[in-house]
Amino acid sequence: MKVDSIKNGIVIDHITAGKAMELYNMLGLDRLDCPVAVIMNVPSRRTGRKDIIKIDAGIDFDFDVIGYVSPNATVNVIKNEQICEKKHIDLPRRLVNIIKCKNPRCITTTEQEIEHIFVRSDKGEYRCLYCETKAK
Amino acid sequence: MRSLLNILDLSVEEIDELIAVANDIIANPERYQEACKHKTLATLFFEPSTRTRLSFESAMLSLGGNVLGFSEASSSSSAKGESVSDTVAVVSGYADIIAMRHPKEGAPLVASMHSEVPIINAGDGGHYHPTQTLTDLLTIYHEKGSFENLTVGFCGDLKFGRTVHSLIGAMSRYNGVKFVLISPDELKLPTFIKEEFIEDKGIEYEQSRILEDVIGKLDILYMTRVQRERFFNEEEYLRLKNTYVLTADKMEEAKRDMIVMHPLPRVNEISTAVDSDPRAAYFRQARYGKFIRMALIMKLLGVKA
Repeated sequence: MKVDSIKNGIVIDHITAGKAMELYNMLGLDRLDCPVAVIMNVPSRRTGRKDIIKIDAGIDFDFDVIGYVSPNATVNVIKNEQICEKKHIDLPRRLVNIIKCKNPRCITTTEQEIEHIFVRSDKGEYRCLYCETKAK
Repeated sequence: MRSLLNILDLSVEEIDELIAVANDIIANPERYQEACKHKTLATLFFEPSTRTRLSFESAMLSLGGNVLGFSEASSSSSAKGESVSDTVAVVSGYADIIAMRHPKEGAPLVASMHSEVPIINAGDGGHYHPTQTLTDLLTIYHEKGSFENLTVGFCGDLKFGRTVHSLIGAMSRYNGVKFVLISPDELKLPTFIKEEFIEDKGIEYEQSRILEDVIGKLDILYMTRVQRERFFNEEEYLRLKNTYVLTADKMEEAKRDMIVMHPLPRVNEISTAVDSDPRAAYFRQARYGKFIRMALIMKLLGVKA
């Protein structure tokens, strides 16, 4: 299978196999008007299998989303068909307005315009800042 | 400015100080009767409560302060759809300190983010109830003389019982404490509480479905009510509400110096026949609540006698 390389844009590489569509939706890539390639289940020397997303435009997005969905992913910024910047993504300490608390008793279910904040515990779990329910 | 949202916001040393002040208030109430003169406590109770609200109000009045507030959401602007943050931003202009109860978990944290005065969490859903825990600790101090080397049994609703979660968190900081968790499978202690406060600290514990099997080991039996308001399903509430009833017969199996605590109100989980047993500490416990709240209000307002 051949996917053309991009001239100027972004490649999100080393996405955990099977996670590319979740990332595509959470980053809102469906709303872009440029070509986006979602390549899944690609052989990888490091992890066996991986997913890749190629975006044919330079855009800004929330790196914390990538860290949350696939903490080992890398982001390559491409200019004139060359990688001009490579970013390794870590698990973010806080997630702000990325996921919502599922606890029906949480204040975030009723309070207007509240930020949905999750904080990573020492064990690496994300818990709602307000009610401490674990993210699902 | 400091708020109290979770009992663990207070260090062990600060809890010791509060207990010392509460004991001095018990011994010398007249020294404190003007400690909070010209200060106002607002009690914002978005969920009904008798004991906690009256205890806060009585505490502030005994310190010579004033109280204002509401006792249910329907008599506040939240019935018109006002947010917690807006309500608190307004009320913090009228009061020097706010005690707040809300059915939604995390509401006091939201309040503290928008308040210009200290917030005391007076209960947020099934989450935390730190002033009940302070009350419980003052009770244990008076009844047992120490927080160390005690086997504490929690019985009933350990899933939604916020007083249980807070007291386990507080007691887990003392040496030699053991926990016995007595509940039906449906109302077991949440895993994250068990992991964080018991297993990760290497504290000895056991779980049981049957109170009679373990009552003889306990120094403290902390009974709880199965709370109707925490269930979305009435059928499940009815099925579980009569799971544990402490009777005079069961008390026969307990140690002679065990104490029975309960955050109250009780429904039927402790037979009234147990009330006359000197080991029944729950009415004494309710009285301690006022004194520890007096000490807390003074601490958060930064006033001294």
